[in-house]
Amino acid sequence: MNPAFSVIFLTTLIGVGQGMFLALFTGQSYSAVELLPSEDSTGFYGTGALIALAFLVLGLIASVFHLGRPERAWRAAAMWRTSWLSREVIVLPALMFLVFVYAVMHLFGWDTVLFTTKSGARLQLTLIVGTLGMLATFGLFIATGMIYACLKFLQEWNSPLTVINYILLGTASGFLLATAFANTNAPELMRFYGIWAIIITVAGFITRSASLIRNARLKAKSTIQTALGIRHNKIRQKAMGFMGGSVNTRDFSHHMTATFLKSIKWIFLLLVFVLPVAFLWEGIETANTAILLTAFIIQYIGLLGERWFFFAQANHPQNLYYQTV
Amino acid sequence: MTQLALVIDLNVCVGCHACVTSCKEWNTSGPAGFMTDENPYSKDPTGTFFNRVQTYEIGEFPATETLHFPKSCLHCEDPPCVPVCPTGASYKRKEDGIVLVDYDKCIGCRYCSWACPYGAREIDEKQQVMKKCTLCVDRIYDTSLPDTERKPACVLACPTSARLFGDVHDSESDISIKIREEGGYQLMPEWGTKPANHYLPRRKTRLHIHEDELVRADNPLKKEQRGPSKPVDAPTLDDSTSW
Ligand code: SF4
Ligand code: SF4
Repeated sequence: MNPAFSVIFLTTLIGVGQGMFLALFTGQSYSAVELLPSEDSTGFYGTGALIALAFLVLGLIASVFHLGRPERAWRAAAMWRTSWLSREVIVLPALMFLVFVYAVMHLFGWDTVLFTTKSGARLQLTLIVGTLGMLATFGLFIATGMIYACLKFLQEWNSPLTVINYILLGTASGFLLATAFANTNAPELMRFYGIWAIIITVAGFITRSASLIRNARLKAKSTIQTALGIRHNKIRQKAMGFMGGSVNTRDFSHHMTATFLKSIKWIFLLLVFVLPVAFLWEGIETANTAILLTAFIIQYIGLLGERWFFFAQANHPQNLYYQTV
Repeated sequence: MTQLALVIDLNVCVGCHACVTSCKEWNTSGPAGFMTDENPYSKDPTGTFFNRVQTYEIGEFPATETLHFPKSCLHCEDPPCVPVCPTGASYKRKEDGIVLVDYDKCIGCRYCSWACPYGAREIDEKQQVMKKCTLCVDRIYDTSLPDTERKPACVLACPTSARLFGDVHDSESDISIKIREEGGYQLMPEWGTKPANHYLPRRKTRLHIHEDELVRADNPLKKEQRGPSKPVDAPTLDDSTSW
């Protein structure tokens, strides 16, 4: 497929926003049962949620560039019964709304403790909104992943690994940002987030590598023989029926060399996994926000490469019909 | 139930592209609006078509054959392009099985074109909506046309009658009989899309002559352990009497 930059930015940006929100909510849940010190509502949870919201909004803006007719985008909510894209279109604004409410409640201190258990655990109103937000976050990850994973003839995508990678890579980048943010606004949580960011990044490395290995061993189900229904081992296309280009020649191939594709793979493996973990380690040890932010930026750039590769690697069976001018 | 479809006879298609031009002409002047062409007369022309005729070479020189292969939306019975559409712009008609796009609802997200394994959908780069073959839905029901003309434009244009139109759910329709009796098949059956359009294979009539058919095997002289009275290439009794 030809990677569309709007979609690359959409999926990576909302991934950061979702991960960041998950990080905040995890922190707050831990502190509610007193596993972690509780933080300042305004300075940490409130501001943090606004940052997460900003990433979600940026992602939404990027997605608009993918549509030919963005003025009709509201129609996309119609077919949620069958279309994962439609489900994503519904869940994304819902999540943005919940994150917004979560942020506002923290910023304005509308956070009554509903009840306290005997052991001292407190159930706050924001935790309920947060739980809904967490469900929406996972819903959004699944919808985004399934948009690709449900297309069965795009064999590179048609695997649960696609969804798992969307979840892990998005969460990793969000936790990484949360680590840097915590270092300035809630230093005692920095190590907690940092260690989780490392764990999730390593988990992401394992699942992403698994999908790379799987894809390298895929055997295409469609061949020129099944595409034409002719039983002969030697069939070559002589003309695709037109001499100029068409959507079929533009949209479905990455137009780059095999070497380029391969180098992007190694570059993203380095930028998404190896370097960020090294920087994170250093950043946690020295409690240095600049290093932590660098780790986040490196990983984000790496994720752009990862997403590009994700699209470029998928080989659409329609390409069998478009091989020579 | 009705499922309208085309049957394309690869045995007689000569690759003249008459169906391509006729399709474009009819549909670009239709009520749904034009089909964009960009730079039609300059460098890198590009445009939207519902139908393409491609050419393939089968075999290796000198034992090669040329295959002309028309390809348009196959109006799948289980179309993967329809459920993925977020707006409901893509739909399959219950009454006749035609898969259509509502150009007023489509948001141009291209998702359906990813979901069609055949590359049958082409986005209109100017109008930014998805387009594809409509089986000339604006023509086949037009009662102001004479009966014989209520067929898709490509079918009418084909000089060799390589394109046939009808209902594949009616087992006695001309095209169902053709599919049944002449080995009609579907493209990429591995994805379970059940294309309604079928292709008839290239067929050859070959004369099989065995050696014993050239020599009279029933020569009665054989019975008497004697060879034929004359060399094989000399006229036989049959040759001289059968006139
Ligand atoms: S050929 Fe493609 S566009 Fe046409 S119905 Fe089948 S999947 Fe949909
Ligand atoms: S491009 Fe149009 S028809 Fe295709 S999936 Fe998107 S909205 Fe539906």
